[in-house]
Amino acid sequence: MIGVGKIKPYTNVLDRPLSKGKQEVSLSAFAFLFSELVQYNQTQVDNIAELERRLEDAGYAVGARVLELLCHREKGNRRETRLLGILSFIHSTVWKVLFGKVADSLEKGTEHEDEYMISEKELLVNRFISIPKDMGAFNCGAFVAGIVKGVLDNAGFPAVVTAHFVPVDGQQRPRTTILIKFAEEVLQREARLG
Amino acid sequence: MAPVAPKSGDAIFASVDRVNAELFTLTYGAIVRQLLTDLEEVDEVNKQLDQMGYNIGVRLVDEFLAKSNVNRCVDFRETAEVIAKVGFKMFLGVTASVTNWDAEGTTCSIILEDNPLVDFVELPDTCQGLYYCNILSGVIRGALEMFLFPSPSGVNENRSHVAA
Repeated sequence: MIGVGKIKPYTNVLDRPLSKGKQEVSLSAFAFLFSELVQYNQTQVDNIAELERRLEDAGYAVGARVLELLCHREKGNRRETRLLGILSFIHSTVWKVLFGKVADSLEKGTEHEDEYMISEKELLVNRFISIPKDMGAFNCGAFVAGIVKGVLDNAGFPAVVTAHFVPVDGQQRPRTTILIKFAEEVLQREARLG
Repeated sequence: MAPVAPKSGDAIFASVDRVNAELFTLTYGAIVRQLLTDLEEVDEVNKQLDQMGYNIGVRLVDEFLAKSNVNRCVDFRETAEVIAKVGFKMFLGVTASVTNWDAEGTTCSIILEDNPLVDFVELPDTCQGLYYCNILSGVIRGALEMFLFPSPSGVNENRSHVAA
């Protein structure tokens, strides 16, 4: 039966040593959990834009924590101050830790100076998700876009981050692209730093 | 075809695709945070977590049976052992232990020493009644109900408590 015992005071979580990050859980456990996240949010919203925003908010919280964790553990507390530095940090380190591989590609947008794209053939979170036709362009990659936004915002590079499907010739499932559009101040700062 | 022997939890865990536990932990934290913001009442959040776990459990049990080839369990004791040793290992990569059996053998506690869901987590004073891992008890409840084993289960402190 549901226990109602007193909560024992446990040692402060900050006193425990930081794990090495090698522990794993099964992909299906994560997939089930993610599907519940999406299903729960579907009941809370009326339209797709709201749903994407809520997934992004969930991802934002993850991104903020991932940045802290990885900066401390992988990079010895060094902070990225350059645009390309933070982008390659996300593209390699963050992706490698979260998804087990570096992202497929990192590209600079051709039309706008402030746009960059990280592409992935199949996002881990989308692997067991199929979007019904009536949901149009909805992409559960909004969660990953939120993670990226969380990392960027907390590293001092405010940006608007969105996830898009890009159909590829010869492939049944479209590629996913995370589009990062940096705020004006970031580009100005980058220009000043030369 | 010769009957396939049941596999151990370790063997199955080694054979499935795996993801970083931290992604899992942080995603679960995001879910609990969203629930707390939306529902505000700790009891409501507990119920919602249990419901989400139930939904997961009814689907998870299919995968469990497909991958583990366990033989039919004779009684509840064996069921609890299988859940703790094979089930938890297969999905969360940790082994649980079963203790605290009552006299009739209908209630037990499954203890998780090392729970990936609660890494980095500390409950603030405002959330003291929150069963942070209640999703696990929902999962077990959902899984057992698929075997027509209606069982209320709950989380006690950091331990999962199962009764049938």
